[in-house]
Amino acid sequence: MINLLRAIRFTFASAFVLGLLYPLFGCLIGWLLFPFSSQGSLMKAGREIVGSYLIAAPYKGPEWFAPRPSAVNYNGDGSGGSNDAPTSPALLQEVQANMRDVLKANPSLSAQNISPSMVESSASGLDPDIEFQDALDQIPRIAKATGMSEAWLRHLVESHVIEPRLGLYGVPMVNVNELNHALAQARKGNGS
Amino acid sequence: MTFSGVLAITLVLAVTVALAVPLGRYMYQVFDGEQVPFDRVFRPFERVLYCVTGIRPEVEMDWKAYLRALMLSNAAMGVFAYVILRIQAWLPLNPAHIGPMPPYLAFNTAVSFLTNTNWQNYAGEQSLSYLSQMIAITFLQFTSAATGIAACIAFLRGMRSRQANALGNFWVDLTRALLRVLLPLAFVWSIALMALGVPETLGGYVTVHVLGGGTQIIPRGPVATLEAIKQLGTNGGGFFNANSAHPFEDPNVWTCMLEIWAMSLIPTAFVFTAARFLNAPKLGWVLCAFLTALVFLGALVVYHAEAAGNPLLAKLGIHGPNMEGKEVRFGIPLTSTFVAVTTAYTTGAVNAMHDSLMPLGGMVPLVLMMLNCVFGGDGAGMLNILMFFIITVFICGLMVGRTPEFFGKKIESREVKLATAAMLVHPFVILIPTAIAMATPAGRSSIANPSLHGFSEVLYAFTSAAANNGSAFAGLNGNTPFYNLMLGLVMLFGRYISIIAMIAIAGSLAAKNIVPVSEGTLRADTFSFGAVFVAIVLIVGALTFFPYVALGPIGESLQLALRS
Repeated sequence: MINLLRAIRFTFASAFVLGLLYPLFGCLIGWLLFPFSSQGSLMKAGREIVGSYLIAAPYKGPEWFAPRPSAVNYNGDGSGGSNDAPTSPALLQEVQANMRDVLKANPSLSAQNISPSMVESSASGLDPDIEFQDALDQIPRIAKATGMSEAWLRHLVESHVIEPRLGLYGVPMVNVNELNHALAQARKGNGS
Repeated sequence: MTFSGVLAITLVLAVTVALAVPLGRYMYQVFDGEQVPFDRVFRPFERVLYCVTGIRPEVEMDWKAYLRALMLSNAAMGVFAYVILRIQAWLPLNPAHIGPMPPYLAFNTAVSFLTNTNWQNYAGEQSLSYLSQMIAITFLQFTSAATGIAACIAFLRGMRSRQANALGNFWVDLTRALLRVLLPLAFVWSIALMALGVPETLGGYVTVHVLGGGTQIIPRGPVATLEAIKQLGTNGGGFFNANSAHPFEDPNVWTCMLEIWAMSLIPTAFVFTAARFLNAPKLGWVLCAFLTALVFLGALVVYHAEAAGNPLLAKLGIHGPNMEGKEVRFGIPLTSTFVAVTTAYTTGAVNAMHDSLMPLGGMVPLVLMMLNCVFGGDGAGMLNILMFFIITVFICGLMVGRTPEFFGKKIESREVKLATAAMLVHPFVILIPTAIAMATPAGRSSIANPSLHGFSEVLYAFTSAAANNGSAFAGLNGNTPFYNLMLGLVMLFGRYISIIAMIAIAGSLAAKNIVPVSEGTLRADTFSFGAVFVAIVLIVGALTFFPYVALGPIGESLQLALRS
């Protein structure tokens, strides 16, 4: 009986320390030291919040850099992947549908040079990054839709590339939110 | 597969070992009780906690008292978490206005986090309030790891004592594991994660108009503090549904490495702690070398399978790695390392969807969980290693015709019976429920993928629950009364039966005298004994599980080869 009472007292005391003090102190530190990242790396256009740099938004329309396919339709409130097995007919159908979309949107591409990451869904459904080459592949389409020069767009992509860390970890990639944010700013600058 | 990819995997694992050696020494000092570093810093906090909770730290417990305290504390914590989940809708810190969790799901969730499993039949961003994430989830992620650590320390104390009954004081061990090991590490890790981009805020979800038109909800919350203990405590239950694949939980390769190191740190350190307790310094290096080699091998198999890509998609013209269910930012080598580490160390966090791994890539996590002692979780993993050590010593003793000795303690029928019971529970609670699920409509109706992969989903679920891992072939819909109950029970049996058996063994070993080392002693802290140990683990694992692995991933792999 004494043991049970002690177990209950210990539960409340440790829940207070570990379940309240620790995370609340963490929030305080985050707010003081890392005001940008601790609040979710929010992306602003002017004074309005237009998303988070880390969460892929649904960029529909040919004038934007498209993120990877999402099994949850970029639902920020419901992350997840397709969970399709490699042998599943559903996976084949999904990839074929994605290939059709990509080829239709980017006539300059052929099936042989589409990279897997642009037709296979991401794990979170919110992957904000695309491979460097995938960004370059989208340039002709965006140039046509926006009237911006391909050289400028290429420069934009190159200036945002994230190289593998230590030369070992990751692939050369770009964040679509950063690219599209820069596109939006440039368009505003042109007054169009 | 490239050389730089293999190098990338090697370096990550090497850093784990480098960090684990000093931590192993520190943990020994903390629980040994003599010359404890930073004693002046921690002692006042402990005193306050002892005073508030009525703990008398000087009381020594025998194995029954230790076990009673352990079970009662866990029962109280489980009920507490269950109640919080059921009434979260009416508690503060619920900016997204999330309703109460239904009873079956709340039972499964409370048991899951209590047993260090962290199997999740819910999506965090839709089903939990901020308060639940903090005071139910984060809290249990601390205490379940600390419970495992305390149980293992009690066993090691039993190994060291001579003809005595005392295993230490459970409350003291629990408090020390929490305040002197887990909390400081979690604090450091959470700040590092915040600095690298993981959110930590009580600010609610933000609804935004995105640039491309339309709206999107950006969920937030106290993520970094949960993420730190989720990994350090070998828990694995994420804040969001996508777990460590979610860009908020794991935004870049640096956080990915930090998370890999966090989940491998304490179990790796534990082999060095145990070696000190057993007074066999070489044992730490023997175990570390063999087990790290197994993790490395597992990571390589995943890396090979995933980098080669899906041959069915290659027929459509898509060449390159299998990117279904993976994130671009990690790259295949780091993703593969995470897959192997999260299952070897029974964490269960995922940074890629295991259901979408290639058949052989998905076999690796399954096999590592079936073996259940390739480092394993905090404390509980070391207990499993010691259990297999007793079995190995017994078999070797039979082979050379001597009474088996285990670091100076004679192993007799009571110990062998208990160790065998602990060993057999694991396959029992995997295979029987899998068979039941496959034989009933309630079990089969949750399967998402057709054919052999569907069987793999069910097998993976019960293996994950029994190993207290928590990762999933997530296509399986686990949120049904059938799976909520079955998986909940499997998690309970998988966790507590082996803890009970091992503490009972500790009790009987503590009462024995220590036989001095002589010419005739079979030394267990050598590389040759380590090789026998690994061989026995693999043989027992293969004999038990091979038919089921053949029906699942191996069969699927053959189908894939035939179709392409």
